[in-house]
Amino acid sequence: MSAEATEEHQRGTTSRAHLVGVLAFVAITAAAVYAAPGSLMLFLAFQASLLLLYYARLSPGLRTALAALALGGVLPFLGTVNGYYLEVATQVGIFVALALGLNIVVGLAGLLDLGYVAFFAVGAYLWAIFGSRQANEFMASAFGSFPLGPGWFFVFLGLGVAVAAGTGVLLGLPVLRLRGDYLAIVTLGFGEVIRVLANNLDKPVNLTNGPKGITPIQRPPLFFGPWLEALGWGATPAALYPLYFYFLVLGIVVVVVLATQRLQDSPIGRAWEAIREDEAAAVAMGVPLVRMKLLSFACGASFAGAVGVLFAAKQFFINPESFTFMESIGVLAMIILGGMGSIPGAVLGATAVTVLNLQVLKGVSLWLNELRNAGTTIFGYNLANLPTQLEPAKYERMVFGVILVLMMIFRPQGILPRQRGAPAARRGADA
Amino acid sequence: MLLALKAWGHLGTLPVFLLLALLLLCGMAAAGLLAVGVERVAYRPLRNAPRLVPLISAIGVSFFLQDAVRFAESLWRNAFYLTYPSLEALDRRLRLGGAADLPYKSLVVMAGAVGIMLGLTAFVNRSRVGKAIRAVAEDRPTASLMGIDVNRIIAVTFFVGGAMGGAAGVLFGIQYSLINPYTGFIPGLKAFTAAVLGGIGNLPGAMVGGLVLGLLEAASASYLSLLTGGAFGAEYKDILAFSILIVILIFRPRGILGEVVAEKV
Repeated sequence: MSAEATEEHQRGTTSRAHLVGVLAFVAITAAAVYAAPGSLMLFLAFQASLLLLYYARLSPGLRTALAALALGGVLPFLGTVNGYYLEVATQVGIFVALALGLNIVVGLAGLLDLGYVAFFAVGAYLWAIFGSRQANEFMASAFGSFPLGPGWFFVFLGLGVAVAAGTGVLLGLPVLRLRGDYLAIVTLGFGEVIRVLANNLDKPVNLTNGPKGITPIQRPPLFFGPWLEALGWGATPAALYPLYFYFLVLGIVVVVVLATQRLQDSPIGRAWEAIREDEAAAVAMGVPLVRMKLLSFACGASFAGAVGVLFAAKQFFINPESFTFMESIGVLAMIILGGMGSIPGAVLGATAVTVLNLQVLKGVSLWLNELRNAGTTIFGYNLANLPTQLEPAKYERMVFGVILVLMMIFRPQGILPRQRGAPAARRGADA
Repeated sequence: MLLALKAWGHLGTLPVFLLLALLLLCGMAAAGLLAVGVERVAYRPLRNAPRLVPLISAIGVSFFLQDAVRFAESLWRNAFYLTYPSLEALDRRLRLGGAADLPYKSLVVMAGAVGIMLGLTAFVNRSRVGKAIRAVAEDRPTASLMGIDVNRIIAVTFFVGGAMGGAAGVLFGIQYSLINPYTGFIPGLKAFTAAVLGGIGNLPGAMVGGLVLGLLEAASASYLSLLTGGAFGAEYKDILAFSILIVILIFRPRGILGEVVAEKV
């Protein structure tokens, strides 16, 4: 890239060739997915077009508009063709929001939190308990009867933020004065504790219904149903909910991205990065260490709490199995892969790891099963003899482990590292 | 260096049951060699990286190994939950008089643990290599100026750490019979708790910490349900261990025997 082009890039001007290229790629991949709704590769190509959007030389406004078009228009439309895509996109969105939350704690403030999923669980159980008949078990009649109405969902979205942030502060208070590796182990233990509690708090008072989990959980209200009806787009709730959840997740992701962006350029974000780089120097410069660490813990936790509330409503059923140590490490692998402290990195990492787990591993599993059932022979070995316990879909840990080790050795800054420098000179980070 | 102790316990549980001592040695050697290999691949390139980097790499390795064992076991036996072969002699019980009796295998486990602890203490405190290990732990650049091959010593430390993990795995297998690739996770967490409880970087401290933690856990598993009228049972013992860790970290981060050693980074 010539010096002139670099300068042009920094001013954020649009290259017409890039605009045409991105539009063409999005259009072609979208059309291809539409034509062949079952194809995994084509859907991956469509997802890659968003990455292209990030790299293309476009003005920030235009890039945002294109991203909005792709995520708000094209993807939901493809979702009506094949509902599975919408489900994948919603899951990706949930993990993007989680990764962005953990990114604040690990990426910006440099505190290794290995029990991040605990905050997610707090949010999820909060809505699951009050948004189902479960709450009748321990606080019947006095507060009216449960489940609460669908409208309460939005109240609990806010409550989830508050309660998770409070939990983060409570956990952080005793341990944030200590060295980083202690924090890692204590948060790891905390994650386990939350899971054990969720598993066992069905007695003496039945709070969580134990390993059986809670179901059915109230879904958010379809307040826009009549409006759609009036526009002539009436649809059954069953058809609306996947789209609805997709847009809710998208909304949360947008809010989280904006919040993170504002935070990291604020004095708070700069204090976090100072702590990450050198604690002693940060203290010497007057950064209130414990308060800033607590704040980062609370911020990260609050994102997870909000996503947890949404997750409970979306899944309709939750049990402690959704909140294991592996989930925490999965989210960690996402931000390590993308790049610690980088918003586009967290988005990319979350997308890549989720797609890998949901589509690629499962795809390999199905494919292997087909080969096994067909009795295909490879290199003189009949695949029908392959042990049945060999389920590629179950090797998420191996995937996470390989990602963590390889990234740490070869590219610790991640695939899309944080761009340093004054905010104005940085690339628009809203891809 | 502590990381060497992480989560390799399960590996030592793989070898076939031959003789107790041989089994223990095999488990220790296998786990120790594995630890050295892991150190070479996943830690040595990160020797001078910021502190979080090797920690994350360690988690990655432990996750990878768990599923690697699962993969191997699935291919080989089509099952990854394994039952330890039982030895009739070990399942017999020693009568202590009254209603009390004790299975022989628990005696074996206790004797094994004591023997290993004595051996480790002697190795670290008496041998030349042990002295070098302590020197490297104290001050790596100075140790290297004194002619100590730091890389080799760190590899030896990983071998010892891995071997201890392997020995613990074998003893665990003897005591509890049923193992799977993910068995080592909670014991690894508790090993850290015990080390912090006793005082990190302090061998007698780690033993005292382990003993105290173990006794507290066993007592809570038996009596918690009695004390709370059945409301909270043995399943809360992990929470107890973790609460102890937090309380210790708040009130006495140096641990029980922590005075002996200075804070190391």
